[in-house]
Amino acid sequence: MSRKKLKANPMRIAVGGSRIDTSQPLSFTFDGRSYTGFKGDTLASALLANNVHLTGRSFKYHRPRGIMAAGAEEPNALVSVGTGARLEPNLKATQVELYDGLSARSQNRFPSLRFDLGAVNSLFGRFFPAGFYYKTFMWPASFWMTYEHFIRHAAGLGRVSDEHNDPDRYERMHAHFDIVIAGGGMAGLMAALQAGVSGQHVLLAEDMPVLGGWLNSVKDMHIDALAATDWADRAAERLQQMGNVTILKRTTLFGYNDHNYLLLAERVSDHMAEKPGHLPRQRLWKVRARQVILATGAVERPLTFASNDLPGVMLASAAQTYLHHYGVLAGQRAVLMTNNDAAWHSAFDLHEAGCGVRLIIDTRAAPAAALLRRAEALGIAVRAGACVTAAHGGTRIARIEVASTDVDATRVTSDTEHYDCDLLLMSGGLNPLVHLHSQARGKLKWDEKTHCFRPSGVHEAEQSIGACNGTFGPASALREACAAAVRAVKANGGDAVLAECPSVTAASFNWSPMPVWELPSGHPAGRGGKAFVDFQNDVTAEDIRLAVREGYHSVEHVKRYTTTGMATDQGKTSNINALALLAEARGTDIPSVGTTTFRLPYSPTSIGMIAGRDIGGLFDPVRTTPMDGWHRRNSAKFEHVGQWMRAWYYPKDGESMEQAVSREVRAARTTAGLLDASTLGKIDIKGPDAAEFLNRIYTNSWLRLGIGKCRYGLMCKDDGMVMDDGVTTRLADDHFHMTTTTGGAARVLDWLEEWLQTEWPELQVYLTSVTEQWAVATLSGPAARDILQAAGTDIDLSDENFSFMSMKEGYVSGLPARLFRISFTGELSYEINVPARYGQALWTVLMNAGAPFGLTPYGTEAMHVLRAEKGFIIVGQETDGTVTPHDLDMGWIVSDKKPDFIGKRALARQSMAAHDRKQLVGLLTTDPAQVIPEGAHAVLDPLQQPPVDMLGQITSSYFSPTIGRSIAMALLKGGRGLSGQKVYIPMLDGTDTIEATVTSTQFYDPKGERLNGKS
Amino acid sequence: MLQINCPFCGPRDESEFTCGGEAHISRPLAENCLSDKEFADYLFYRHNPKGLFLERWRHAAGCRRWFNIARDTHSHEIIEVYAMGSKPKTAAARKAYEQNWRRGTAAEAAARIGANPAGANPAGAKQKNRSGK
Repeated sequence: MSRKKLKANPMRIAVGGSRIDTSQPLSFTFDGRSYTGFKGDTLASALLANNVHLTGRSFKYHRPRGIMAAGAEEPNALVSVGTGARLEPNLKATQVELYDGLSARSQNRFPSLRFDLGAVNSLFGRFFPAGFYYKTFMWPASFWMTYEHFIRHAAGLGRVSDEHNDPDRYERMHAHFDIVIAGGGMAGLMAALQAGVSGQHVLLAEDMPVLGGWLNSVKDMHIDALAATDWADRAAERLQQMGNVTILKRTTLFGYNDHNYLLLAERVSDHMAEKPGHLPRQRLWKVRARQVILATGAVERPLTFASNDLPGVMLASAAQTYLHHYGVLAGQRAVLMTNNDAAWHSAFDLHEAGCGVRLIIDTRAAPAAALLRRAEALGIAVRAGACVTAAHGGTRIARIEVASTDVDATRVTSDTEHYDCDLLLMSGGLNPLVHLHSQARGKLKWDEKTHCFRPSGVHEAEQSIGACNGTFGPASALREACAAAVRAVKANGGDAVLAECPSVTAASFNWSPMPVWELPSGHPAGRGGKAFVDFQNDVTAEDIRLAVREGYHSVEHVKRYTTTGMATDQGKTSNINALALLAEARGTDIPSVGTTTFRLPYSPTSIGMIAGRDIGGLFDPVRTTPMDGWHRRNSAKFEHVGQWMRAWYYPKDGESMEQAVSREVRAARTTAGLLDASTLGKIDIKGPDAAEFLNRIYTNSWLRLGIGKCRYGLMCKDDGMVMDDGVTTRLADDHFHMTTTTGGAARVLDWLEEWLQTEWPELQVYLTSVTEQWAVATLSGPAARDILQAAGTDIDLSDENFSFMSMKEGYVSGLPARLFRISFTGELSYEINVPARYGQALWTVLMNAGAPFGLTPYGTEAMHVLRAEKGFIIVGQETDGTVTPHDLDMGWIVSDKKPDFIGKRALARQSMAAHDRKQLVGLLTTDPAQVIPEGAHAVLDPLQQPPVDMLGQITSSYFSPTIGRSIAMALLKGGRGLSGQKVYIPMLDGTDTIEATVTSTQFYDPKGERLNGKS
Repeated sequence: MLQINCPFCGPRDESEFTCGGEAHISRPLAENCLSDKEFADYLFYRHNPKGLFLERWRHAAGCRRWFNIARDTHSHEIIEVYAMGSKPKTAAARKAYEQNWRRGTAAEAAARIGANPAGANPAGAKQKNRSGK
């Protein structure tokens, strides 16, 4: 490896960096300044290559922060990437792949990264303890709005784009695999090879753009006599040649759900300078796996000491990755602070490459002799049984204080000495990434030897292998990978063809670190500078002790009170240190403290990807009727009814809604109106037991309904409460046509099916939804018969032949039709059903034929007024699931002769006879012009002091153009007994209380004389 | 998300199904000798165990057929899928059925054929004891 550096990148080694292509320079900007990096860089490695360590300000104290890690665990280096609508905040610089023209900005700083006003928070740090916001801003409550404004400005991370239209496209994939392997490092590759040669359908998902994982960060390691990276490349090639193996790079398995349902985020084109139109930006994979193998590796633990958050304080393993993977020196005057052997090897590597490691400090009094010999040979000074007591520097580390400690590293035993440095490597041992295992409800066990939580006991069909299983040695990890893959293949019933487990040559050493959770500082607790545990949320060791002092002992409480582990990195670097400090403060051990629960997502995922294509017009389907085009051409206003778009009213020449609705209502009462009723639910019911079935479903009698006759029916749930209503017609002895409310169509079909399949399977009845097969035009008004005649029909429309509540089949203007003479307006009405494809034709024919009569299209609003004038209920408006037929004064429709129907027994309950049940009544306001707001509450005594006795609520309220005054329906306690009495409706907005008289709900034509068209 | 083995369509994602709650609730016919309180056992009260639960599901976005499953509400393990109107066969699910508090209720007894007042039950005469209750 040459120490000659590239001109463009002061910290880049010319040769080396196993995954960097120095022939492809890329230019990018950070905070507006231009830099150069190379293909294969991350933003973090490219910044380090340019000797830029300061990347952002911290969350609470606005302290300068730099790059601490090299992967998804990075807590500090959060940046905003992109511009305009593509601006994305809070990305980890360690995961942002460099492309030409990339534009990144630092976050949480004002006015600039180097000079930040918010950093004043740091000076007052003693006044910002754990739970600061809870303590400070809780009183007075009314001030919260004021506080919140400032808090939102002071805290927080990056800002989202001001442009709200995401220009990118996202996709979703659904897939099934025999074996899914998370992590394409050494263990993952080995398991994939083993499963692949055994013929299993395998998915290998790797977070990074290249396979190999830690193999890309080591020197002097050989697998099957190949350099580690060459072995990884060879393995990747072999896997690519297998048709049964799918490899997804840049793909994070972020969610592990029940029954091995996995969520993966694939970043398809984030790393491309030019986003090709045919590719989505990101792809969400929803995968069902028969077996899962987790090979997600481990991350190094930071050490806890004063100012351990300065830029230039870096995990030793991260510096090693920057060196070998990216060919970047993280510093030139480095010091290592550690408690384990592995970090010494990182330091040796870094020293040999030019990092100038001048000192290794180990908390252990007697590190292995071999390590000491090698350090001596390399000319690196060693302080054993010592620790860093504080780091110093402005926006980059410049100096450290070191002191000797006692044998347990709990106490400083000497004066401090100062050492200059520009890079402090820290290593506190390894944390297996057990997140996915934990999401899969697998158990964890504290390993006393390696001082970490390891998977122990699985819930789903999954196995952990390699470093994420606490198996840190490469040879054992490979053996574990082979064995796990064989077990998975066999569990799937496959034949495991044994792939040969390769041999490894690498430095072997002890993986057991000395348990040191906070380095002693020589200062009393709480003094001597902040020692951070959770870097992203600015939680210090002292915060955790304070929480314990204040009575928070459970790990879940301490987590929420201090917010440790609650940042976007989910505490990947902080959790174990926090648990250990909590255990220490409580005077117990780590296993007794336990862990918090890991939840998805493993790392942040974009909302856009989760939404996928379910946005805009595709968010929720819109259902339109066959006549929709006519309504649009005739400037109808629409309303949503469930998923349906229904014509609401048809304003003419600048009419207001009120004027248009009045005109439409008057037309239906005086000449004729035409309503698009196609959305009514329609169910075709057939079978020898159809009549018996209806007899059990509806409250009234159905066995003797004549063929061609219609009947109104009310259905209840088995608790006796009204569920739906509609007119059902007998088409033949064994054939009925049921209509339901528009919104209830699907619910009623499901309801009928449920009873047929689960309670009455002996009934031979078959149900088919035909809602969308029929277009329905309701022709209503005194002129309805004349208009229908003018349109041309072969049906004899005379009362004698075609009476109220009957159905005739025939033709209307040549269109095959079913005519139902039923009425929801109280006028002479025909509901004309034609096959949906003729809907628009029928509408046009009727409008043309009706023109000389003054036929007027009316919408749903006029329909509501017309039915309310007649006192007809709407299920869902006059009912709310607590209303019986008797409450609606519809006892006439409840048969007392039938031995059973749904709801019969419940209606006989004692409580149904209570005198104070809410009952439906009509209300007439004393001031006829005043329309009561729907939903308003009525009281008997307007002068009563609160709490006021509520009488009930207004369910429907309109101005009736027909009778020239306001009308309303209400559900009032004991309502029918109040007939003729005054009730009062107090208004919340301070306007005068409305006075009304209780009446019948039949406001117009109570005798029903208009049904025959006599006006 | 659970994977449920629809007896008619095979294994499918939970999102295709709707859960219909507790299985094996026998419906007493309307004319019965039950007090309101006894009837409430049928109408309102539902079992809600942590552990094995026998419940009804419907393949709503598929074949629209109802069936029963025995599912552990804690581990989400589904140990048996069985037809509507039949009893579970596995020992654990069988035990869950037999030990359900509902087995001894008057409401369930009233749902048995012949439990109702004589001559009060023309609809019930046609009803088979298909739930095995």
